Amino acid sequence: MAQGSASARTDPQGSLRESLDVQSRIVGALLMREILTRYGRHNIGFLWLFAEPMLFTLGVTALWTATKSVHGSNLPITAFALTGYSSVLLWRNMPGRCIGALWNNLALLYHRNIRVLDIYLARVLLEFGGATMSFSVLGLVFVTMGLLEPPQDILEVIAGWLLLAWFGAALAILLGALSHRSELVDKLWHPVSYLLFPLSGAAFMVAALPPLAQEAVLWIPTVHGVELVREGWFGERAQAQYDLAYLIPFNLALTLFGLLQARRVAATVVPE
Amino acid sequence: MIRVNDVHKFYSTRFGSNHVLNGVSFTLRKGERLGILGRNGAGKSTLVRLVSGAEMPSSGRIERGMSVSWPLAFGGAFHHMLTGKDNVHFISRIYNQDFERNLAFVEDFAELGPYLREPVRTYSSGMRARLAFAISMIIEFDCFLIDEVGAVGDARFHDRCNYELFDKRGDRAMIIISHDAAYVRDHCNRWGVLNDARLTLYDDFEVAYADFKELIGWKPPPGWPFVEAATA
Repeated sequence: MAQGSASARTDPQGSLRESLDVQSRIVGALLMREILTRYGRHNIGFLWLFAEPMLFTLGVTALWTATKSVHGSNLPITAFALTGYSSVLLWRNMPGRCIGALWNNLALLYHRNIRVLDIYLARVLLEFGGATMSFSVLGLVFVTMGLLEPPQDILEVIAGWLLLAWFGAALAILLGALSHRSELVDKLWHPVSYLLFPLSGAAFMVAALPPLAQEAVLWIPTVHGVELVREGWFGERAQAQYDLAYLIPFNLALTLFGLLQARRVAATVVPE
Repeated sequence: MIRVNDVHKFYSTRFGSNHVLNGVSFTLRKGERLGILGRNGAGKSTLVRLVSGAEMPSSGRIERGMSVSWPLAFGGAFHHMLTGKDNVHFISRIYNQDFERNLAFVEDFAELGPYLREPVRTYSSGMRARLAFAISMIIEFDCFLIDEVGAVGDARFHDRCNYELFDKRGDRAMIIISHDAAYVRDHCNRWGVLNDARLTLYDDFEVAYADFKELIGWKPPPGWPFVEAATA
């Protein structure tokens, strides 16, 4: 059964294209494995990938609608909840899945083609897929049912969504790598992410806040992403306030820190 | 060829830095089978992990001019919720190999019957070992790392493993770790003793084994040498 190709990634002559091919194959394989181990083959199987975030979003939307939550704008509450809570799931679930991910997958490192970063990337992609499918399916259903008007500028919605996803992915890789070195990350992430939820831009529009509070919340990067999504959906009415010249450099710096930490962990990790 | 050059490995522990490997060097060419003897905790498995590339040395270089396997018969990378078949699928994807052909081989070699389609957590340790070994054999490597392959499984399984490894793949390079000195003697053509973080190399098993026995304070049993001690 001689087939070779076992050392593709360690081959010094391998071109960038070849290593990209290897990496996408590895991440794909890890993704499939993750789907199978997390959702199995029981009942609706991998559909849980977006059924779970959909249930969350539906629940929150129902709660906010029932309590007529004050969000300080004239936007319809359903649309407000959908855009808000979906974006929370997007940036919050990726770090949640990456923290401690390496401890559970240490044995995989015996396959030299699998690198620490691949393990994080697979989980980030999976969470991205789940949150995105949940958001688009619910959006589509609400629009079809007449509960929601269609977005005014779908490209702007997508842009905001992708920027939020980028933030979540970079944060996930950074916290995932740090969590391998200190279990404090895991302990602190739960309260921090919980407290960040109301501050993340999901539950308010910046324009509705007093000026001092506006200045404060605009330090939080997710606020800019959510505002952008809402401007795309509601147009002028959202009175969105965001600064891409803040969010994009922030994401870049976070990505750089994340990748450096992942490399540092990869250099010192001890497989079981 | 694999060239291990002045490799050091430190682990930080609560009692300070532990120097596990202190300037280990050797080269391994195709067809050479290096058997490593050492006490528990001498650093044998660490050395194998470093050579496999799963872990980086603290200093020194390891050059791999040939493809190197993961430690053989190692089942840790199995996911226990996945079936044996899923695990074959995963490995086939990772190494870009034909899944159907691999599955046929594993079905034949591991003799798990319908259990191949059950979660690995339902397997006995012998079944896991058979699956792990079969999966190890579906990817062809130039160098195989073998860490205690004889620890589990019955005599039939051992015979089939030995046939796959030493008859069908006798031309490959191997690094073999075992506490079974006879196994290392019979299957290797070079030997090394790992002690006090240093590796000493030998071309003669009897010399290596004599040094090793002295290190572990082995005393001949009454009646020696008319009773054969199988293991050290």
